Amino acid sequence: MPLWWPLLLASLLFAIGVYGVLARRNAVLVLMGVELMLNAVNINFVAFDAHLRDVLHAGQTFTLFVIVIAAAEVGLALAIVLLVFRTHGNIDVDRLRELSDRDEQGVR
Amino acid sequence: MSWVEAVFVLLALVAVGSALLAVTTRNMVHAALWLVVTLGAVAAVYLVLAAEFVAWVQVLIYVGAVVVLLLFALMLTKAPTGPQADIDVRRVVPAAVVALLVAALLGVTVVAGFRDQRIDLDHAVVGSAETTGATVFKMWVLPFEVLSVLLLAALVGAIVLSRLRAAGEGLDGPDQRSGPGREVR
Repeated sequence: MPLWWPLLLASLLFAIGVYGVLARRNAVLVLMGVELMLNAVNINFVAFDAHLRDVLHAGQTFTLFVIVIAAAEVGLALAIVLLVFRTHGNIDVDRLRELSDRDEQGVR
Repeated sequence: MSWVEAVFVLLALVAVGSALLAVTTRNMVHAALWLVVTLGAVAAVYLVLAAEFVAWVQVLIYVGAVVVLLLFALMLTKAPTGPQADIDVRRVVPAAVVALLVAALLGVTVVAGFRDQRIDLDHAVVGSAETTGATVFKMWVLPFEVLSVLLLAALVGAIVLSRLRAAGEGLDGPDQRSGPGREVR
């Protein structure tokens, strides 16, 4: 199998994840885009592991580590999302602008 | 094209198509379910690339735990189940342009850089549970332990975060926490 096939698949999935992060307004759907991007990186790790025939299996081990970190990230992020929902009543990332540094008459 | 390559191409098409649907569908629950299809296809891609244990971990953790957590979050935040008109930001076109540029840049780079290299899957060492376990516990023990501590810290953090409101209301009333909320509404 040509090496660039899985790499191209990973690039496409990463770009789709970027679109999901940028275009969605719901914080949970933004998280789904982040998950897609993490999966794209994992495909790269596994593809290079198979290509280099690494005796340490660093690619696969790092994929496992990334999966664990993604699980931790999702757990924490969902706790934060639920907290935001309880204090604001919505999880619309466009409307969470207490920390923004622009004037009130700006983009709204 | 061998049958392994044919299977890979089919899986890649399924993964990309369902990922596109997951980020463009107007129904939030459908987005989570399309994400299941994408993650399952990626797990099958791992199987094709001789990473057996990683594939099952992907199915267990991503499809089993992460997507269920996402669905729980959608339900706990009272996400509407029907199609939503305002699910995307108003300026979708710049986001699509940025995503297309990312795809073009990364795609051209990897194709130009690795065009003449091949993965020899016939002689690849299958990353079975035995191989992966031996590797992790012989070579990567310290990162593994650090990771378990990180997971514990994330767990404790999630529990603390989800108990914040109950403690605040019980002790010093809701006035401290509703400050930023009032401005938004």
